[in-house]
Amino acid sequence: MKKLTQIIILTCLALMLIIPVSQAKDQLVVQGSTTVLPIAQAAAEVFMQNNSQADISVRGGGSGNGIAALIDGTCDIADASRSIKVKEVILCQKKGISPVGNIVAMDGIAVVVHTSNPVSALKTDQIKDVYTGKITNWKELGGEDLEIVIVGRDSSSGTFETFEELVMKGAKVSPAALAQASNKTVSTIISTTKGAIGYVGLGYLNDTIKAIEVNGVEANPETVGGGKYPISRPLYMYTDGAPEGMVKEFIEFIWSEEGQEIVTEQGFVALQ
Amino acid sequence: MKKRLHLREKIIKNVCFVSSLTSIFFLAGITIILFKEGLPLFKGISFAEFFLGKSWYPTFDPPDFGMLPLFVGSLWITFGAILIAAPFGISIAIYISEFASPQIQLFLKSTIELLTGIPSVVFGFIGLAFLGPFLQKLLNLPVGLNSLNASILLALMAIPTISSLSEEALFSVSRHFKEASYALGATKWETVIKVVVPAAFPGINTAIFLGIGRVIGETMTVLMVAGGAAIIPHSFLQPARPITATIALEMGETVVGSDHYHALFALACVLFILNLGLNLVANYIFAKPRRLTS
Repeated sequence: MKKLTQIIILTCLALMLIIPVSQAKDQLVVQGSTTVLPIAQAAAEVFMQNNSQADISVRGGGSGNGIAALIDGTCDIADASRSIKVKEVILCQKKGISPVGNIVAMDGIAVVVHTSNPVSALKTDQIKDVYTGKITNWKELGGEDLEIVIVGRDSSSGTFETFEELVMKGAKVSPAALAQASNKTVSTIISTTKGAIGYVGLGYLNDTIKAIEVNGVEANPETVGGGKYPISRPLYMYTDGAPEGMVKEFIEFIWSEEGQEIVTEQGFVALQ
Repeated sequence: MKKRLHLREKIIKNVCFVSSLTSIFFLAGITIILFKEGLPLFKGISFAEFFLGKSWYPTFDPPDFGMLPLFVGSLWITFGAILIAAPFGISIAIYISEFASPQIQLFLKSTIELLTGIPSVVFGFIGLAFLGPFLQKLLNLPVGLNSLNASILLALMAIPTISSLSEEALFSVSRHFKEASYALGATKWETVIKVVVPAAFPGINTAIFLGIGRVIGETMTVLMVAGGAAIIPHSFLQPARPITATIALEMGETVVGSDHYHALFALACVLFILNLGLNLVANYIFAKPRRLTS
């Protein structure tokens, strides 16, 4: 009996070693921004349904994380909600990677407040003053006498980077801002806090929060796609060199009509 | 026949030995990586700037790596949590070991153990969706995500640790002391408070230290409910951002090898040293000659 157990254990170990080697499918690893994640995941599902040979694995982790993985060679496509930084380009050169940014969608960042807040429109300068801590009460903006609760993202999120570039323009966010880990948490806090103000990706707008007009422009797919909405950004999929093989097929799928429909379904803006 | 037996025993002994070596290996490996990635930060900034600096703006140009608000945030929330958890934990332990009948003992012990089974992210969700708005309404605050919220939830996590270890400490106090106390005419209550609890003090202390260790490393819950404001908190009603939440929040998007990356590892080193220190102190107190227990 003991000998039989030993044989079974050895066979199991042997199988564990052999099976990964015998993968017949084409593997593709997509990693990076949590903003681009829903697009990548939805597109991967449809792509795998259409091509039975494809085996796409999609992960989050953040834009920086994705680009680091591309440099290390542990992923084929790096999702990013920001453009690659100079420091990262230098790292790429060291490792012989030539990063190519393929824009797959446009995203807008909506500034949101509680549904009961009477304020419906602000200028980017006013939003900046709120976030630096210069304006602390809603009555200074024509609203109720209520303390403003600033909700934001951690300073290394792609969403924050775009907000910082286009609204803060180099000014520091007040340290009293409540830094949250994701778009979803920000929207949850805004929906339950009367005096809160925050920013979320276009895809996260829903009935529980109210998006305000920025510089007189409402945040919706038309204004973002047309370039009228001031806080918008492209979403990238970075590859090592121009896309080839299955990577090329996948990105071309996202660029196709069906792919762009998926982009819109996920709440983003299709490329014009 | 005898030779085969001898060989098999030798193999088993060596396999166990290698297993224990691997755990030491992993611990050493983790320590080396933490310090290897954290120390390069100090090529560019001074120790004083890092440890005493009051602003944490790691992605700004030029960046600020002052970890004082984060460090104080961690300590503040931990302090609040233990302030709530220690009295509760110790009283529960006293009740279970001295006053409860065997059936109630069993029931209470299993129920409290269930608390440890709840994932920290569930606590975080409860804090975000229920405790936060509740505190907001009760105390008329602009937002319910603050150190108090975090401390309450972390206390719930620490209570099982503190109560089960304290209960063990109380249980191991020698019967002789209790009997001597009764013989001198003391009531049950007086015996418990003036004889048994002081005798179990080293064990209870260890329990509290281990509770602190559990709380200070907690990441998911504080990430979701402590507020995330990198300020030095002056009251429990203010939001705070502990070290663990900062690392979790920012690690995903930093450029590998950048100063920010090294700064986050340096934060991890601080946490590691803090935890190590706590464990060493707890062990020292625990190992002191226990004169009062059998």
